[in-house]
Amino acid sequence: MSARSSLARHLAVFAIALAAMAALDGLVHAVMAQNPFGGPRPAAQPQVGGIVGWILAKQSEFYRDMSATIRAAKSDGSAVWTLLTISFAYGIFHAAGPGHGKAVISSYLVANQETAWRGIVLSFVSALLQALVAVVLVGICAWLLNATAQTMCGAEKAIEIASYSLIAAFGARLVWTKGGAFMRALQTPRAEPALAAAHQHDHGHHHHDHDHHHDHDHGHVHDEHCGHSHGPTPDQLAGPGGWRRGLGAIVAVGLRPCSGAILVLVFSLAQGLFWAGIVATFVMGIGTAITVATIAVIAVSAKDLARRLSAGREGGGALVMRGIEFGAAGLVLLFGLGLLLGYLAAERVTCL
Amino acid sequence: MKTMIFRLLALLALTGGMGFGVTPAKAHPHVWITSSSELLYAADGSITGVRHAWTFDDMFSTYALQGIETKTKGVYSREELAPLAKDNVENLKEFGFFTFAKADGKKEKFQEPVDYYLEYKDSTLTLHFTLPLKSPVKPKQLALEVYDPSFFIDFKLEEKDPIKLVGAPASCQMKFQRPGDADVKKLTEEMIASGDQSNYGAMYANKIFVNCP
Repeated sequence: MSARSSLARHLAVFAIALAAMAALDGLVHAVMAQNPFGGPRPAAQPQVGGIVGWILAKQSEFYRDMSATIRAAKSDGSAVWTLLTISFAYGIFHAAGPGHGKAVISSYLVANQETAWRGIVLSFVSALLQALVAVVLVGICAWLLNATAQTMCGAEKAIEIASYSLIAAFGARLVWTKGGAFMRALQTPRAEPALAAAHQHDHGHHHHDHDHHHDHDHGHVHDEHCGHSHGPTPDQLAGPGGWRRGLGAIVAVGLRPCSGAILVLVFSLAQGLFWAGIVATFVMGIGTAITVATIAVIAVSAKDLARRLSAGREGGGALVMRGIEFGAAGLVLLFGLGLLLGYLAAERVTCL
Repeated sequence: MKTMIFRLLALLALTGGMGFGVTPAKAHPHVWITSSSELLYAADGSITGVRHAWTFDDMFSTYALQGIETKTKGVYSREELAPLAKDNVENLKEFGFFTFAKADGKKEKFQEPVDYYLEYKDSTLTLHFTLPLKSPVKPKQLALEVYDPSFFIDFKLEEKDPIKLVGAPASCQMKFQRPGDADVKKLTEEMIASGDQSNYGAMYANKIFVNCP
């Protein structure tokens, strides 16, 4: 193959990957861009056109309707069903607030050759953990200790710092392992020109075992495959060590409770309907998980597309994939650091 | 070698593209504040400060009252709410009190809030506080904005008489814009179209102008 057609193909891969990311970006924008249009008096408010405008308007309405619905539930039990419906819809539209959850999970999946199915499970488990943390926080601080809002938001702040540090640490570990794989992929064609030429005929399926073994130190079961342009198959990923690996992502994302959930919980506790608030929080979590899972699946599919396009190429295909993984690992680290140092605005804790 | 550079550049573009999708600060409100404000004037016609009355929505009001002990259940006196009011104004400092003033285009700074207290009525809390200007100003135009740039809080001007001029010279004219008004709507659409989210909350700013020729 000539260098020129190889370059063209690589550029095509990147173009498609970029287009996929742009599409994902658009979706994220659509889902995340939120505004209060159509609060209590929708008619008097400006409207952003079409379906997006409708979703934006609805989301704020859902949240504002929650307090009225919880109040109504005190005398009318059927209002609880309305509350749960609202919470579910709110969770879907709200989609983890300013979205570091989506970002971290998607980047993790891309960095780690994960499957779409794994993405769905990770999204659900982390969203439910997030709900659980909110319930436990309010349960202990407000219900058991009758602490003030000031104390509670202090606890929120502490959890927030822990959560962002975890994301950064998790990202650093990913960068360490993925960076190594990327560097090796980078060196492969030049370091061993004779070998690289020979690879033209075996399409990178089962060759070059360049001293990858030191990677075992990092607990990555599948790292022997890192030099290949084909990822492990789904059943390989679902192996016993595989699920444990995702735990870091789940905890890093799920540790930080949603401010909205905390407000709903405290409010329902004050109304004597704590249980309704707890159920609402978990239903909200399921809604959030659906959105995060959708975005995660899109991210994994975009990467699969890039993999298919770059597959069957010598060295370069692997380089593309290792590069994408390295980039995604870097993003997780950047999110963590950015959130920790305040460069990235996240949903604020409820301290006023 | 050239190919390699191309690949690296493309890779950077890819990661940049991914980052773009998630980095802009976007939020939606969790707290709603209905705001009314008074602009305070000295005898010589200079502006000395702003006095706000901010009413929180009932969910946040309930949250803020969590754990506060009172003599009578459900009744909160100004004294019982004093520690909370102090926490509020201290926490608000971090956000510049969500109050942004420009005198003839020049940014003005505020001193620590004074005369602050909380009032509980109709299951909502209202925070009253005065923000004295660092130094009184006597501009031709004063522009005052009340909003949360990160849009965690949605500020809405009171329906009736949201802005009052207290002791202003008779020649001063006041006008204000709510987020739903035409100019702001245009800005909102432009920002959505361009994808610029750097100052997302500004789309929801309440703008107040006082012209004293």
